[in-house]
Amino acid sequence: MTAVADSTVKTKSRSKSSRPGTIALLLNNTLAATGLALLVLVCLIALAAPILPLPDPDVTAPAQRLLPPLSPDHLLGTDHLGRDLLSRLVWGTRVSLAVGLSATFIAAFFGSLIGLVAGYAGGRVDNVLMRGIDMVMAFPYILLALAIVAVLGPGLLNALYAIALVNIPFFARNIRGVALGLARREFVDAARLSGKTPIQILFTEILPNVMPVIVVTMSTTVGWMILETAGLSFLGLGAQPPQADLGSMLGEGRKILFTAPHVSIVPGLMIFVLVMSINLFGDGIRDVLDPRLRAGSLTRPVARTAVTRDPGKPVPAPGAEDRLLDIRGMKTEFQIGSSIYKAVGGVDLHLKEGECLGVVGESGSGKSVTAMSVMGMVPTPPGRIVEGAAYLDGEDLFAASDQRIRDLRGGSVAYVFQDPLSTLHPLFSIGHQLVEAIQAHQSLTKSQAQERAVELLSLVRIPNPKDRLSAYPHELSGGMRQRVCIAMALANQTKVIIADEPTTALDVTVQSQILSLLNRLRRERNAAILFITHDFGVVSALCDRVAVMYAGRIVETGTTEEVLNSPQHPYTAKLIECVPVLGEPDRRLDAIEGRPPLVNNLPDGCAFADRCPRVQAACRTADIDLVMSTPERGVRCLFPLKEDTKI
Amino acid sequence: MSLVRSNETPVGSASSLLAMKQVERHFGGEPRLFGGRAPTVHAVQGVTLDVKRGETLGIVGESGCGKSTLARMIVGLDQPTDGAIYFDGQDLSALVRQDRRALARKVQYIFQDPVSSLNPRKTIGRILESPLKHLTDLDASGRQARLRELLEAVNLAPEFLERYPHEFSGGQAQRIGIARALAAGPELLVLDEPVSALDVSVQAQVLNLLDDLKQRYGLTYVFISHDLSVVEAVSDRIAVMYFGRTAELGPAEGVFSAPLHPYTALLMKSVPVPGRRDLTSEDAYAELPDPLNPPPGCAFAARCTYATAQCTSVKPELSQDIGVDRDHSAACFHPLSRTI
Amino acid sequence: MLPEFVFDASEGAALSAYILKRLLTAIPVLFGLTIIVFLIMAMIPGDPATAILGSYATPENVAKLNQDLGLDKTLVEQYFIWVGNLLQGDLGRSYTLNRPVLDEVLERFSATLILAGTALLLCSVLGLIAGIISAVRQYGWADKMITLLVLVGISTPSFWLGLLMILFFAVKVRLFPASGMYAIYGGGDLPDLLHHLAMPAFTLSVVATGVIARLTRTAMLEVLRQDYIRTARAKGLSERKVIYKHAFKAALVSVVPVIGIQAGFVIGGAVYIETVFQWPGIGSMLVTAISTRDLLLVQGGVLIVAASYVLFNLMADVVQSLLDPRLR
Repeated sequence: MTAVADSTVKTKSRSKSSRPGTIALLLNNTLAATGLALLVLVCLIALAAPILPLPDPDVTAPAQRLLPPLSPDHLLGTDHLGRDLLSRLVWGTRVSLAVGLSATFIAAFFGSLIGLVAGYAGGRVDNVLMRGIDMVMAFPYILLALAIVAVLGPGLLNALYAIALVNIPFFARNIRGVALGLARREFVDAARLSGKTPIQILFTEILPNVMPVIVVTMSTTVGWMILETAGLSFLGLGAQPPQADLGSMLGEGRKILFTAPHVSIVPGLMIFVLVMSINLFGDGIRDVLDPRLRAGSLTRPVARTAVTRDPGKPVPAPGAEDRLLDIRGMKTEFQIGSSIYKAVGGVDLHLKEGECLGVVGESGSGKSVTAMSVMGMVPTPPGRIVEGAAYLDGEDLFAASDQRIRDLRGGSVAYVFQDPLSTLHPLFSIGHQLVEAIQAHQSLTKSQAQERAVELLSLVRIPNPKDRLSAYPHELSGGMRQRVCIAMALANQTKVIIADEPTTALDVTVQSQILSLLNRLRRERNAAILFITHDFGVVSALCDRVAVMYAGRIVETGTTEEVLNSPQHPYTAKLIECVPVLGEPDRRLDAIEGRPPLVNNLPDGCAFADRCPRVQAACRTADIDLVMSTPERGVRCLFPLKEDTKI
Repeated sequence: MSLVRSNETPVGSASSLLAMKQVERHFGGEPRLFGGRAPTVHAVQGVTLDVKRGETLGIVGESGCGKSTLARMIVGLDQPTDGAIYFDGQDLSALVRQDRRALARKVQYIFQDPVSSLNPRKTIGRILESPLKHLTDLDASGRQARLRELLEAVNLAPEFLERYPHEFSGGQAQRIGIARALAAGPELLVLDEPVSALDVSVQAQVLNLLDDLKQRYGLTYVFISHDLSVVEAVSDRIAVMYFGRTAELGPAEGVFSAPLHPYTALLMKSVPVPGRRDLTSEDAYAELPDPLNPPPGCAFAARCTYATAQCTSVKPELSQDIGVDRDHSAACFHPLSRTI
Repeated sequence: MLPEFVFDASEGAALSAYILKRLLTAIPVLFGLTIIVFLIMAMIPGDPATAILGSYATPENVAKLNQDLGLDKTLVEQYFIWVGNLLQGDLGRSYTLNRPVLDEVLERFSATLILAGTALLLCSVLGLIAGIISAVRQYGWADKMITLLVLVGISTPSFWLGLLMILFFAVKVRLFPASGMYAIYGGGDLPDLLHHLAMPAFTLSVVATGVIARLTRTAMLEVLRQDYIRTARAKGLSERKVIYKHAFKAALVSVVPVIGIQAGFVIGGAVYIETVFQWPGIGSMLVTAISTRDLLLVQGGVLIVAASYVLFNLMADVVQSLLDPRLR
């Protein structure tokens, strides 16, 4: 065990080192790197202001007033009092940066503290704190800052306080949301049980997890704060003469806009460059620190899985004529970063009319991807079908047009998914969703379609079907929702139902009902079912035949009785052995040591070899074929188990 | 507290390590700003159970039956609204108020989702060291020795200490969770669906490990699961819960070979068993009663074929007199051994 | 205005109950607003009467005002007197303008409402369209252009943009007037108003458009990954329906509250824009009032703007609950 576990961790760490780190990711992002470079440049110049050979920004020279840019000695010209604009710009930038950053830190500190405490403590503390925050947020942002300045009086420091104060609610709300989610996580309970005090939990368990959010929020608000302080100064409520920040320079320049536009354009441009560089950099930080974005999961999947079959390779022909659905040598891959995950590595499956085939496997075995590939439901990117074919009544689905696939989806081939809450649209009534499914394939009027929807609901034994049409998914129990999903799958002339773990999320008594329902419906309508599950018990209840998947391939197939009673592949035998069975409490659980191989790093030969008690040298040399002893029975093993062999 | 103990006879015999007496847990019901009260959910109602030292008590039930709330109360993460839980004769709520750590040294918890029970920003070493730091008086070198010992006990390599949780599979993460629970040398482990998030082939590894550890350290388990087959495989005694109440309680063989409560029978019939083809009825009525508005009688009455007027009006109490022996009890007016 | 699928007519009762409930919860917020605004007044350092009347006030005037304001009473009593007056529409008199605060504030507020309302409409429509295009054409050139424009938009100081627009459109090409709400001679009709409104409304909407576009893009991408979108595709719906009906409605649920929040930014941003374009709205009034320390005017202005913002957020909430039955 230890040896196996070790090797898996090592492969992990290797893959980790190939994944770029935070800084590298940031620099890879051209925009963010540009932003960072600009920002560093601006900061350096602002910091170096005292040692740069610049004239005093506040010395007036009436004789030299309003010189245009590129004048001798005054690169950017002078303002209405003859002060050097370049010098004022550099010193003003210094002030604006300092004020913006300080305001950000003040707001982040107090806002995050309030958010953390409110989110972690919850209950009354949360209520009181957040009502206060809501109250402050009931004022339009800038208005509140104005009101504060009105009270405190104009001045740069007062403007800073005002801007910081009005931004506290923003931080508090953001952080509270995250902290609230974290406080309910199991690891917080675990820390309590490890003897940590609430304060310790808040600062050593929750804070490290909130930190990225604080940093992201800061990086996205610094720009704002600089803009807002500049705004207050522009209105004459921030920096007071002779001190100048970029905003007050702009405000002074406005008065002579028509005669000397450069006096206002230059500081405005500086604010723009500064804020733009901060925003570019901030977006970069957000992309790096937000794990959802890092995984690239916000990429929009297209309507149909990409098919990139090698035109040089012949597409396998369909098998016997009585096969309604015939999957031949199908391979589906996912490209994530630089590695390719061979989720489905050449699968052959077929379904006859009215037949139920169970596909059994553990997570990562490729059973769901197999099911999703048939109608192109695997998200692209990152998934793509690279080889093989799926024939429906002899028609190659991977070569069909998008329009044809749309006609078949929900028509001849319907899906039932795992979690009935997330698979129904939360904002449409179930009647609406059923009617939509019907009207997508049949030209019925709305009232005809509604009648049909009522029929469908009573078909799946939903009480009071007429009243239920207007119900929303969240108003139904899990079992009821799954019945609705099944009704939707049967809305049109369904020949094949592809059911992906349809009962896994349900309670056992409800599961049993849903299985009975599916069983009756398939007999009544002579529909074939491709049933994906991890549970041999469920397979027994429903399926005529079964295919066992491991690491993306079928390792054994046959009738349910044959496979269950005399498994030939050691994996199948072990899989059956390691599950406790009701009524046999004293049976020894025969665990399979180790873990399945990762499909981006499959070994040569048999993928199960590392965990197999009967492994021989030959198992690891070459690909092993699925050897069919009868048209229905086959095993992918060089040394299959004979009947009564114990492993 | 001690007064209470002397006046009342504690539930269960002297050998019981944990005793729950009429435990209730309600959620909601706070007074509202504009008068009235928020609706109340009775998550756990009148549960009386005891756990003997060294045994495994299985608690089985479907979602919404209150089993997880019960588990959280046993480890002190939640407090009963009414009734009391005694650990080794001591009132658990009082113990939590006085010294949470004292309880944490004796009673530990294993989480359902092993990965989310580990802080993603801490190394396994720091996660495992935390209970040693706060619950034991080991010094730094003693803690290091104990860490190695713990990892060895759950079959993990010592190199894992430097790694972060996301580098582990579910099964490995659950082993780490088990090691953490064992760190301070507890007597009672509450296992809340410890294997339901794991793949079937890994489930067996963890179940076997739990069995080994129980023998090795002389532990007592409260094993909570929705999976009857798993509960049957690990438990000495079983409590079946429905809608916040104990429906049936008895020795594992007794409960599953001759169930008294019709709900237990329905559960057993519903479990898919490899090789069994018979299916239950597909009728839609499997809804739990509205938790905000519970029925006056037996919560299962609406789904029960034996229900009578009595069932819908009076709540049946858990009774020891209806089974074959007094260890086997059920809360039912029409227990199966009599009706059949 | 919105497509039929957004609202389902059959749910009137539950909905009106929700709206009523939501209206009731706005009352404590409005109440809290008055407290904060009152406290801001009370917090002003120094003698309030002098603060209100200015430093050149005669001692008699100060004494009279102190009595008028009831400053000899406790803070709580003062507050209730103030609220009582408020409910009767009495916000005091502006000493700089020498007219009732309420009259001035309402007059100015209507001008702001025209400007901010137009800007809000503009940014909602443009932002939603840009966000959807950006999401649907993810990583395409349209997405890249929009992303860049959005970034420029939210990084540009609106007051500077206003100045640039005046320099270009008013001075250089003379397309739009540089300032004001109506032409001084011969104006006053709708085309004249729109002519004056175009530049300030556009300038005011730029930042909010960027924010809404960004959020719409993220929300759409987030929604398009959901299981129910997969279900919609598995039903055989056309991609049009999947994106513009199923995904858009779900994305709208998270965009609507942001539009509500943006209303605050637009009303607040009006302060700058009104100053730059000399629009006779409440923002420019507030800036003047703050510099002249006309605090009763500030108080009245802040109160009415904040109250309108609360009501606007209420509307956003109601729209959100129309979209999402789970919120009712």
